[in-house]
Amino acid sequence: MTVKVEITVNGESTSADVEPRLLLAHYLRDQLGLKDTNVGCDTTSCGACTVLLDGESIKSCTVLAVQADQQSVTTMEGLSTDSDNLHPVPAAFRAEHGLQCGFCTPGMVMAAVSLLEENPKPTEKQVREGLEGNLCRCTGYHNIVRAVLAASGQDPDKAEGSEPDMVAPGFSTGSGA
Amino acid sequence: MSIMGTRVRRVEDPVFLTRGATYTDDLTDERLSGALHLTFVRSPMAHARITGVDTTAAREAPGVVAVITADEMDLEPTKHFPAVPDAMARPWLAKDTVRFVGEPVAAVLTEHAYQGEDAAELVEVDYDPLPAVTTLKQALADETLLFPEAGTNLAVAFGGEDEFSDDLFADCEVVVTQEIVNQRVAAAPLETRGAAAAWGEDGRVTLFASTQNAQQTKGEVAGWLGVDPGLVHVITPDVGGGFGAKIGADPEFALVAWLARHVGRPVRWNESRSENMTGMLQGRAQLQTITIGGNRDGKVLAYRLDVLADAGAYPRIGVALPTFTRMMAGGVYDIPKVETRARVLVTNTTSTGAYRGAGRPEATAAIERAIDLFAAEIGKDVAEVRKLNVPPPDAFPYTNKGGAQYDSGEYAKAIDTVLEAAGYQGLRAEQKARRERGEVLQLGIGLSCFVEITAGGMTAEDATVEVHPDGTVTVLTGTSPHGQGHATAWAMLASEKLGIPVEKITVKHGDTDLIPKGIGTMGSRSLQTGGVAVYQAAGELADLAKQRAADLLEANVDDLEVADGAVRVAGTGTSITLAELAEKDQLRIESHWDGQMPSFPFGAHLAVVELDIESGKAVVDRILTIDDAGTILNPLLAEGQRHGGIAQGIAQALLEEVVYDADGNPLTATFADYGIPSAAELPSFTLLTMETPTHLNPIGAKGIGEAGTIGATPAVQSAVCDAVAHLGIRHIDMPATPLRVWTAINAAQNGSDA
Repeated sequence: MTVKVEITVNGESTSADVEPRLLLAHYLRDQLGLKDTNVGCDTTSCGACTVLLDGESIKSCTVLAVQADQQSVTTMEGLSTDSDNLHPVPAAFRAEHGLQCGFCTPGMVMAAVSLLEENPKPTEKQVREGLEGNLCRCTGYHNIVRAVLAASGQDPDKAEGSEPDMVAPGFSTGSGA
Repeated sequence: MSIMGTRVRRVEDPVFLTRGATYTDDLTDERLSGALHLTFVRSPMAHARITGVDTTAAREAPGVVAVITADEMDLEPTKHFPAVPDAMARPWLAKDTVRFVGEPVAAVLTEHAYQGEDAAELVEVDYDPLPAVTTLKQALADETLLFPEAGTNLAVAFGGEDEFSDDLFADCEVVVTQEIVNQRVAAAPLETRGAAAAWGEDGRVTLFASTQNAQQTKGEVAGWLGVDPGLVHVITPDVGGGFGAKIGADPEFALVAWLARHVGRPVRWNESRSENMTGMLQGRAQLQTITIGGNRDGKVLAYRLDVLADAGAYPRIGVALPTFTRMMAGGVYDIPKVETRARVLVTNTTSTGAYRGAGRPEATAAIERAIDLFAAEIGKDVAEVRKLNVPPPDAFPYTNKGGAQYDSGEYAKAIDTVLEAAGYQGLRAEQKARRERGEVLQLGIGLSCFVEITAGGMTAEDATVEVHPDGTVTVLTGTSPHGQGHATAWAMLASEKLGIPVEKITVKHGDTDLIPKGIGTMGSRSLQTGGVAVYQAAGELADLAKQRAADLLEANVDDLEVADGAVRVAGTGTSITLAELAEKDQLRIESHWDGQMPSFPFGAHLAVVELDIESGKAVVDRILTIDDAGTILNPLLAEGQRHGGIAQGIAQALLEEVVYDADGNPLTATFADYGIPSAAELPSFTLLTMETPTHLNPIGAKGIGEAGTIGATPAVQSAVCDAVAHLGIRHIDMPATPLRVWTAINAAQNGSDA
């Protein structure tokens, strides 16, 4: 049995006859060939598959394609016009070295976009708690947090809760000074 | 101006941040068109006899092309580490016996991935359970044997009973001994394992695989399949993290290639997270007994480390890692007498292998806990005892008791730097005040000082640099990045010599037809081997260009310089571009670099935890680190490596543990159960700078990939122990979870052992 779905993805209309059990993540990857959206776990834990569904961040491994019918999905592919003109959030990820292997990155970026939509000027603590559903194994989150603060227009060295308590003068804080 | 030492942003990122990286499961390569999807039927039992396999229903399920069991396979069981008993060979699909939960029993090939999940459920396997061996002490008892024909669970022993002398501690005023668990952890790269294979009409197989070294993968898979290595072409697409667990080929890779040949169609395999958490190599898994002795003035005189290491069910690379643990046992300390032994045993669990640090974190954790225990016994400060026992800077090169020659180091300075930056005396005063006030939130301060071996055992790498007539450059490397940023760093090294901007330099790796020789990326080796090879090749290419330009420009070679992508006659306007030279004749250099010796990065970490003594929960408030890896090429990338390492160190100390129950059932087989940390569990890190160059290579660089993990783990563990030291607690094993800490506090308050 298949069901017809119509989903607007990154501004373009898409449509397919799909199995009712098809996950949205696999609709994006296999039906549309949008491989940005990665699947990193079986339990909605890692967030690598995070996309926006009608503007809200969701984990696309836990949403069926049929549940997204007649709705609008944005993936990281849809953020930037091209690689020379990055959207402010991915641009900040690059500037702050907020990615290494890149596997968590599409989901992390989309989670960050959603976080900043809800809270345009978060503290470091709010960024950390806001990204709790997205796992990264490479960066230790240090530079991801900095990237999100920078994308919000704040200086990551000065955002609330970002100052090291006691750092002797002349030492690098890993901040790019 | 030199590009070396500057914060060049990654050239990888514009693609990674738009259409994304291309991992093995993302490939749309035409060679894989029409590929079947491979789904494994894996054992749900840790140890059992297989009494029957019925694939009838599965074969009739929609989309099923083949269901393969051991009976249909013609590959002989294979040992995955040479020095172990022959009886410990691993079958490709289990035939008579399964030895861990997750062991492949049957392979299901379907047109679509979802069909594979359905059909695998329909394969009926009858198991007759056997007692499971899940702990090292059980394994050592040899009451239940995984391989009865071997007659023992001992896979290999390093150092015998006679390794230990009776009088090692005879001169010591104080001797302390402690059993320490260095728990099993999962590498857990975000990209799970994956491979895809297609056989061509030329009889060659193209194997796409998520690995840290394509060339080793090629050799292993060819050997396992029993085919000429020339028939295997391995391609490594982007790799979503490895951390040691993707070194070389996994047995599943050979199955993918074998099945593709068997059914005559391409085959793809991309495992689920729960398969990954039960089937991928896991790390650490040592039970250590440490004994340390010395004088009451703080001088350590003797140290003994006795290791039981877990090989998992089928011995693989993990078997070798205790040799690193033994070599580095004494850590940064100049201890007159050191004795070590390691016995590696099989258990009914997933095989072990390398995980960030691979043998050295285990050594560091043991000696750092030992120093703390010794300091506690004699009532001295942990920093003071450390500084009293490290060799002075003029002692380098320094040969340790394990036979390793430390190239350079300044350990006391590293310790002093973190102490000063942390405001150590102030922290101790704050700790004392909280103890006196009896506060619920107690402060713990943990200090570690470490030295590690990087590029151990494999000090050579090749590189090819070619300038093209259009002015672009191609660099071929045998290293194999999976997040480290080699495309950027290697381009910087070539740019430094050629004066061509990094944007015009393309770094290629992981294609065994294009790059037949390569060792890969592991053991923090890449920059000091593959990077230096690129630097050397680019330098030789500049020399070659000058020689060719000398004739064309009618100049003396000594008067020529290479800058801005051109050869210039110094002090004149006369020049010819490298691109123009390349147009006349191919401008390409292949170079081989061998540093001959490994390097020994070192550092010190200081962790501050706040520990709620009512709940037992510890939170890392701050961590300050020195990770001295010699001269830094790109601080942005080096800091990224440190951050990731520190996070994994904190995670092992507080959160992560692969747990099996008494029957061998994995209790941490998903990310919902395993304690991989999120941003909310970690602080920002304070990185302090110290660069002590090595003389072993022209750029002065040592390895940086693993340092953070090696230093942070004992610093955080010791901070937890320190937070409750006033309650009479000396040691708490990792991970120092709230339950474990609370149990220790409760036991101490009730006057019994923790």
